[in-house]
Amino acid sequence: MGRFIIRRILSAIPTLLITIALAFFMMRAAPGGPFDSDRKLPAAIEANINAVYHLDEPLWMQFLRYLGNVLRGDFGPSYKYLDFSVTQLIASGLPVSLSLGIAAVILGTVTGIFFGLLAAWRQNTALDHSVMAASMLGIAVPNFVMAPLMTLVLGLYLSLLPIGGWGGPSYWVLPILALALPKIGYVARLTRASAIEVLRSNFIRTARAKGLSERVVVVRHGLKAALLPVVSYLGPSTAGVITGSVVIESIFGIPGIGRYFVQGALNRDYTLVLGVVILYAAIIIALNLIVDLLYGVLDPKVRYE
Amino acid sequence: MSGRTMLANKPVSAKHASGGKFASGLVALGFGLTLALSAQAAGTLRVANFGEPTTLDPHGIAGVWENRITGDMFMGLVTEAADLKAIPGAAESWTISEDGTVYTFKLRDATWSDGVPVTADDFVFSLRRILSPEQAARYASLLYPIKNAEAINSGKEKDYSKLGVRAIDPKTLEITLEQSTPYFLGQLVHYTAFPLPKHVVEKFGKDWIKPGNMVSNGAFMLSEYVPNDHVKLVKNPKFYDAANVKLDAVVFYPTEERNEMLKRFRAKEIDLATDFDSGQIDFLKKELPNETKIAPYLGTYYYPINDAKGPTADIRVRKALSYAMDRETITDKVMKTGEIPAYTMVPPGIPTYPGKPDVPWAKIPYAQRLDEAKKLMTEAGYGPGKPLKLELKYNTSEAHKRIAVALQQMWKAIGVEVELVNSDVKTHYKFLEENDFQVARAGWIADYNDAQNFLFLFETRSGKQNYSRYSNKTYDDAMIEASKTTDLAKRAAIMVKAEQVLLDDFGTLPIYTYVSKNLVQTNVVGVEPNVQDIHRSRWISLK
Repeated sequence: MGRFIIRRILSAIPTLLITIALAFFMMRAAPGGPFDSDRKLPAAIEANINAVYHLDEPLWMQFLRYLGNVLRGDFGPSYKYLDFSVTQLIASGLPVSLSLGIAAVILGTVTGIFFGLLAAWRQNTALDHSVMAASMLGIAVPNFVMAPLMTLVLGLYLSLLPIGGWGGPSYWVLPILALALPKIGYVARLTRASAIEVLRSNFIRTARAKGLSERVVVVRHGLKAALLPVVSYLGPSTAGVITGSVVIESIFGIPGIGRYFVQGALNRDYTLVLGVVILYAAIIIALNLIVDLLYGVLDPKVRYE
Repeated sequence: MSGRTMLANKPVSAKHASGGKFASGLVALGFGLTLALSAQAAGTLRVANFGEPTTLDPHGIAGVWENRITGDMFMGLVTEAADLKAIPGAAESWTISEDGTVYTFKLRDATWSDGVPVTADDFVFSLRRILSPEQAARYASLLYPIKNAEAINSGKEKDYSKLGVRAIDPKTLEITLEQSTPYFLGQLVHYTAFPLPKHVVEKFGKDWIKPGNMVSNGAFMLSEYVPNDHVKLVKNPKFYDAANVKLDAVVFYPTEERNEMLKRFRAKEIDLATDFDSGQIDFLKKELPNETKIAPYLGTYYYPINDAKGPTADIRVRKALSYAMDRETITDKVMKTGEIPAYTMVPPGIPTYPGKPDVPWAKIPYAQRLDEAKKLMTEAGYGPGKPLKLELKYNTSEAHKRIAVALQQMWKAIGVEVELVNSDVKTHYKFLEENDFQVARAGWIADYNDAQNFLFLFETRSGKQNYSRYSNKTYDDAMIEASKTTDLAKRAAIMVKAEQVLLDDFGTLPIYTYVSKNLVQTNVVGVEPNVQDIHRSRWISLK
């Protein structure tokens, strides 16, 4: 087990390096730089800026400089938010995205599994059909439709909740719901499908034959096996949600890091984009590792030596 | 908006079937908390500012949304009244030498927010700082009228004492210019000329702008700054005119989502929103007529057209295209937000540019203009068998697209086949700078209230900023002559002549004069419409 984890962590290093190199050179291939705008800067000022940010050096040198800095833990200054370093921006935004994302994942997973099991248990009844129809809608209706609708109804018409901003717990409700709704849908459908399969399998028949109660059969024996597909879905999807959603953050005015992916790229804020790409890649690698380890716990057929 | 609501109504009710219990529980929890949180301090102005500041350092900013924040904290030698008139700021009076090159300012007896006096030395320090190559300030060139400013900024002059700014005594500042610059006092209002607290910048270095470190000489001072969340300023009790500052605090929320901001405004979570989506104008005129404030703005929306190469190098083609543009339809039917059709590059409302060039064809009825345009196209060698194919470039935005599509239709009427090419803003402006376009969308918002700030765009010496590569010696000579003329009336007359040359050449295609679009709650007093859309919180109060 320990060796497996170490091997996985070591193999993540080349993956990260390739990701950094790809992101670095792709960003640079896009026309325009971080300090370009509709105002063409006088040559002297452009030269000053390029000298201060080392943008006048050959590209390979800038790349090596960047790599060297990253190894020392320095992600550089942001080119767009001059008052902050990339590390400071991520440090200030990540806890927000993280708490929002984790809350949404927990809400989405728990609710989704509950409804999925319910549907599987009462397969082909009206209950099953309505749960499945609702979850399909949750998946199909995109965030940028659902979130404005929720702010309109719950925020403006009913005045129950604040529409935007990041003040206290009341500000968290709508964004968490908006993030969790599609998750509930996915998880419910995945749970239902695999639970139906599991409930038909031999070991469940054995459990029933032993005379165990239906609750014990479903929850203790069925659930564990039924969760495997859900767990593999949760890995990458959690990575996506805890690194922030640009749609949710801009609609609700939340100071997370999701917006940095899109806006950073549009602003050609090279260091910021690289910073969040590295973070995202590291989180995905870590979560995939956790998922694989969870497989070992959930599935007796999987063992890591 | 209502259309979208109705379409999406079903999903919401169905959604409650699955997440209903959780939702209602959380809503109930949220309800009590909202009531507690929405009670605002009486004197706090909540501003929806459409962008996150690049920095709070006046030497690093370049945008109107940043000026809104720093301009509340700092005050230059000269400053703006509520109606934008230049009034004494940190200087209480000044004299100008006969030849217009030496300005002597008597500073007001005032202090920074930490009680340290504001001295002439602070001005010397900050002007040297913004002009130093290491500072790499984007807008340093606005100060180039000052003696040796350009040489220092470009690194040619290393001796900073050569800069034409010196402290005669702690309360007297002398600024010497390269040559007489009639609009120089107006430029001193700009944030590039704000004083910085030397004692604080030297003590904290780069971190001087952090809350707790930063001190300022304006009506407000920094209290909190959470990136992408808010910047909070509180009243500066040491401000010389603090007795007349009504607000206790101003909070700026950066927001890109205009429609969500409108909802927050309607829910009264926001007192002043500095923009709205033009697409909402019908709704706003009906539902919020008293809150919606539209005013002419010192900016021109125009289409640069390639004067140097391709089919548009032919003046007949440019003329035909300009004739076929129905600008009134664009402003009245496409934009609908009160934009003013523009036939000239310099917008109205500039005090030092009272005249304007003559555009007689603007009065010809559109149908007749179309006929003439068709004739011109035939003369230029195009016709039904051989249509002119043009590429129109624009940067991603709903409004730019609507205008491009409208023009595509208008130009179709004279046999021009237009292909629309859309790219993100950085890529778009790179195309323009490299002259890699035929006709394209651009906009110009003035940095200072002067016609020169529009007309320099078409000077040969402006290089890449002259997207069209327009080049006409008569024009260039006139602009150089204007820059050397100190008599404002004479100078204006020369610039009008220059603009006339540009327009007669159809060197560019002006479309409309921008408007500023604000949403102001009815209890907010002191937001006076003006051509630069500058509303200092110093003059604002809440009823």
